[in-house]
Amino acid sequence: MARATGPVLECKGISKFFPGAIALDAVDLTLYPGEVHALLGENGAGKSTLIKCLTGAYRRDAGTIELDNREISPHSTQESQKLGIGTVYQEVNLLPNLSVAENLFLGRQPMKHGLISQRRMLAMASDLLAEFGLAINPAEPLSAYSVAVQQVIAIARAVELSGKVLILDEPTASLDRDEVDLVFSVIEKLKARGLAIVFITHFLDQVFEISDRATILRNGRIIGTKRLADTTQTEVITLMLGRQLEARIQDRAPTEAGDVLVELRNYGRRGVIEPFGLTVRKGEVVGLAGLLGSGRTETANLIFGAIQADQGEALLEGRKISLKNPREAVAHRFALCPEDRKNDGIVGDLSVRENIILALQARQGWFRPLPRAKINELAEAYVKALDIRLASLDMPIRLLSGGNQQKALLARWLATNPAFLILDEPTRGIDVGAHAEIIALIERLREDGLALLVASSEMEELVAYSTRVIVLRDRRQMRELKGDEITTANIVSAIADEPMANEPMEGAV
Amino acid sequence: MIRSTHLPLLITIATFLLAYTLCAWQYPSMLSTRVVANLLTDNAFLGIAAVGMTFVILSGGIDLSIGSVIAFTGVFLAVILRDTSIHPLLAFALILAITISFGASMGAMIHYLEMPPFIVTLAGMFLARGAAYVLSTDSVPITHEFYDTLQSLYWKAPGGGRFRLTGMIMLLTFAAGIIAAHRTRFGQNVYAIGGGLQTARLMGVPLAKTTIGIYATSGGLAGLAGIVFSLYTSAGYSLATVGVELDAIAAVVIGGTLLTGGTGFVAGTFFGILIMGLIQTFIVFDGTLSSWWTKIVIGGLLFGFILLQKGLTWATTLRRKPAPEFAAQS
Repeated sequence: MARATGPVLECKGISKFFPGAIALDAVDLTLYPGEVHALLGENGAGKSTLIKCLTGAYRRDAGTIELDNREISPHSTQESQKLGIGTVYQEVNLLPNLSVAENLFLGRQPMKHGLISQRRMLAMASDLLAEFGLAINPAEPLSAYSVAVQQVIAIARAVELSGKVLILDEPTASLDRDEVDLVFSVIEKLKARGLAIVFITHFLDQVFEISDRATILRNGRIIGTKRLADTTQTEVITLMLGRQLEARIQDRAPTEAGDVLVELRNYGRRGVIEPFGLTVRKGEVVGLAGLLGSGRTETANLIFGAIQADQGEALLEGRKISLKNPREAVAHRFALCPEDRKNDGIVGDLSVRENIILALQARQGWFRPLPRAKINELAEAYVKALDIRLASLDMPIRLLSGGNQQKALLARWLATNPAFLILDEPTRGIDVGAHAEIIALIERLREDGLALLVASSEMEELVAYSTRVIVLRDRRQMRELKGDEITTANIVSAIADEPMANEPMEGAV
Repeated sequence: MIRSTHLPLLITIATFLLAYTLCAWQYPSMLSTRVVANLLTDNAFLGIAAVGMTFVILSGGIDLSIGSVIAFTGVFLAVILRDTSIHPLLAFALILAITISFGASMGAMIHYLEMPPFIVTLAGMFLARGAAYVLSTDSVPITHEFYDTLQSLYWKAPGGGRFRLTGMIMLLTFAAGIIAAHRTRFGQNVYAIGGGLQTARLMGVPLAKTTIGIYATSGGLAGLAGIVFSLYTSAGYSLATVGVELDAIAAVVIGGTLLTGGTGFVAGTFFGILIMGLIQTFIVFDGTLSSWWTKIVIGGLLFGFILLQKGLTWATTLRRKPAPEFAAQS
């Protein structure tokens, strides 16, 4: 990398305060021309706040930003774009109904006699796209092309408008491998042109593949800036998570593996999750570990039919079944407690009682209402069994605490008497006490002979209750850990794709 | 090359040609220039208003006020020409200024107050209709020699068809509308807003200017339609043109414009108008059918076109091109 020239962008001591929280605490960031600089951190680390301060979407509360040694203070994304900082988001911010050329030149179309010259615009668009290695017809509507091509078009527009710094905010989040290669080849070209590129992603492999340096953020602070050639994935992950990851072996009840309940063969969906195989036995908790964006939630939703698989087959007790939508999954006695409780789970204004019987009633069909007495009996039984604390069964569920909402959701699915229960982040956003209760509940359900699949970002938690842990990374299954292999250290090294610390490689599947 | 976005337009044109062929096969005299000329004259005011409606719908909005604005324009012109001695041309300029600012203020409310266009223009509909009643509840005839002059302007085609001034104004309006939609930044911005308001904002489209411009255009064209309607009927009546906004919406949708905005053509609206006019003409020729059959056929057509649009959107998302166009050159 040529360091002959000075930095193109230099941020010093950037701070941003929100009521009751420090989002960014004196963050420094230096970008050199011709480098790809990755910005890493878990959710809430401050990556997007930093980007928003750079692009003028937020006003910073302290610190300076210098672009080419001139201090700047953009007030809007438009202004920062004019100054030379362009941004491309995960969701393509172009208009699908306009043609490719119209998207590229919206607002600065070539004019002739006071009218837009379509012919010149198409020619200019073709030239521009050729620079990015795209030989497509710019007269076609944008929606005719795949997300990857759209992403490249968005990059082309941003570079045309700005041309000094390009911020790529998870540009590859919904692309499959070939498409990522397309975007990366474009990034390489821009790097050669001398642009400074900020690359944000959850995929560590991609970071190591394309980036020169990485800055790691945690809780609004810079933890370190590393040259990626001099570091390892394990080091980066440890910096990101920042926990003491000592090997801790829990007391775990010996696993009496029951019969195979669910088996998935080569199951997957293009662009969502790579095909995988999975067996879950009765009386077993299979944990899904991985960083954010590694495909945990996608796996859960795919199995429940909330995302349709486009390849592979599913077997229930050895018989082939179809899981095209949640209704079919429920009919096979599957249940899913989603990650986003507020949006996908509870119906906030309905009473606790109604929320608990919702899934059961839905399965029965709305024209055969459950008798009132039965409803009360069920609701009361679960409130008691799960120790849901509430003033009355009639209160709206949104008034309950997070932990109690989560238990009510569990009750909803337990009421359907499931054979296979999928939990996605069951302990997110609930207090410590409720946390322990949920974990105890998972243990109890396992002892009752349920098959459970639990996706969680809390490694200690997975270690505590899982009989097996499957580690995901970049939407692919990396490794399966069993028995004593299940330690946080092993999970981390599996995420980093390195040999296990205390175990020879045969342990891997 | 035929692009999928052009398909609704082509289907509209094909529908028109098919319908015309069927009509002409049944009643060969429908091929005469008289019928063609009357088709243009009778639908001139609706066509002009529908051009404005096309821009509104392309931006993802709706304008319910245009029927009332047409009626108000008619009554205003009739009253002002009866009670004062100003020249009709000056009256035309005055009413256009009024209707443009009326539309612009609705656009401003929609943009700055972030109100749904449906509600704002519904209010505009009642306001304009009410104002027309205030001016006069009775039908006021217009008797001005300048009106007679304008009405007597026509080009007589071989076969006896009289192509009148009003029809020409409609054709010019459509031509201007087509150019504005595709060859000006304003037009591109309208499509951009219809494609996605937030995205358009991020891409630097001036939302306030464009939104106000759209509704000012619609208001102004409704005013022009009102002038043409007053030339057509030689009167101003506050109860006239009730529900014309719905006819205009129907013409726009039959013309292949998506009600959700962002996709469609001004030229499509022209054929939408012609199809609707043709159905009416056929019923007049037939003589035994109740005129309500017009509504039934238009209703059926609307359903057909809505299904077609749904199908096309569905088909285009399925047929997305993958990335292989990527060339390893350079």
